[in-house]
Amino acid sequence: MPATPPSPHSYPPRTSVWFAFVSFGAVIAAQTHAILTSPAEGDMGHLQKIMYVHVPAAWMTFLAFFVVLVFSARYLWKRNENDDLLAASAAEVGALFNGLTLMLGMIWGRPAWGVWWVWDARLTSTLVLFLIFVGYLALRAFVDDAEQKARWSAAVGAIGAINVPIVYMSVTWWRTLHQPPSSPATLDPAYTMGLRLNAIALLLVMIHFIRKRYEIARVERAAEHVAEAAAMGGR
Amino acid sequence: MAWRDDWRRVRAIARKDLTTELRAKVGFNSVVALGVTILILLGLALGPDAQALRNAAVGAVWLATLFSGVLAFNRSFQVEIETGALEQLLQYPGPRWTIFAGKLLGNLLFVTLMVAIVVAAGIVLFGVRIPAGWPALLGVLALGIVGLVLLGTFYASMASRSRAREVLLPLLLFPMLVPVLLAATTASKALLGADLMHEAGAWIRLLAVYDVVFFIATFIAFEHVIEA
Repeated sequence: MPATPPSPHSYPPRTSVWFAFVSFGAVIAAQTHAILTSPAEGDMGHLQKIMYVHVPAAWMTFLAFFVVLVFSARYLWKRNENDDLLAASAAEVGALFNGLTLMLGMIWGRPAWGVWWVWDARLTSTLVLFLIFVGYLALRAFVDDAEQKARWSAAVGAIGAINVPIVYMSVTWWRTLHQPPSSPATLDPAYTMGLRLNAIALLLVMIHFIRKRYEIARVERAAEHVAEAAAMGGR
Repeated sequence: MAWRDDWRRVRAIARKDLTTELRAKVGFNSVVALGVTILILLGLALGPDAQALRNAAVGAVWLATLFSGVLAFNRSFQVEIETGALEQLLQYPGPRWTIFAGKLLGNLLFVTLMVAIVVAAGIVLFGVRIPAGWPALLGVLALGIVGLVLLGTFYASMASRSRAREVLLPLLLFPMLVPVLLAATTASKALLGADLMHEAGAWIRLLAVYDVVFFIATFIAFEHVIEA
């Protein structure tokens, strides 16, 4: 019986536990700092504290989808399987932060504006972005062949990302041509520090999530390769 | 010389698709019937106030177009896959983009014809008053159709070969078409009125930019999508 060749898909190194502790610890610290130091806002009162998760989550959404664009394009160029897995991991985490942004925005909007939803340019384009990446994740779920899945989702990821500025522009026009846009909330210095710290903390959490998801994807893929090798008549 | 051969390939694929469609007819007829049915349902849901219907006409026509058009795109690839013809199509010499261009041309004619009927039905059912500047409305319609068909054909080339193609194509396609929907409906509404704010021009430019951007992007991406 011929010996099975060593698999080129070795198991990736495990992500470290301390990074998880540091990132979640940073969130707790940054939230505590922000909540304790920031004064109650004039109009909104303590409702303003939602901003400390809502705004950084929105930033992380865009960052994650930028990672999807970069690694999708890189996959199409170099055809390295790991780029596809990283893009998919970033898309999942990006969709999570995108959902969080929308949910927190609505929870904030109900008392602040009196309604759960307005067809504001930012809200609408954030929702459309969410739907575009739901489509991306659905495509991955409905295609079985790993290589085909990688090529298709890279194309969909890149084309979806190209559309983001066009969607944003069209939705902005759609609103502003009919009524004046809501004035941009200028931030009082009392709140900027808390926002920055929370942004860094959520960035760490996002990096941890993507790394963990990537690690799982690599392990899953390695297991698939082992199963394939076994089915092909190895051991 | 080379481009002439490519153009012949494109035409051959488009003609093959349209001939199949013409001989069966059932595809086109059912897609058009669905489009008109959606219009009637929207009329029932939004009516019977004549002014409310007139205001909703543009949106209703575009939604009917999107919902019925999405069926056409999957069909154009499904017929290839069911008979195993796509593999053979890929075996032919010549660049792969000609397959995409051929499908695109076929779908463009199919959807244009469908939209013509849906728009005519919409004008009648929703009591639209046609303004003097109606050629501009046709321009908006044409640009919108190009955007719809470009992305519809591109995503159908993947969705039709996946599991759950019926749900996957609209899920991928509709969020991407948000700029087309907004631009086409807003520009058309402005042109149906007096366009007092002169906003139609900006929307038409946005539609044109969208079409050019995704024309280039889908042709580049298709090479990666189609390889066997």
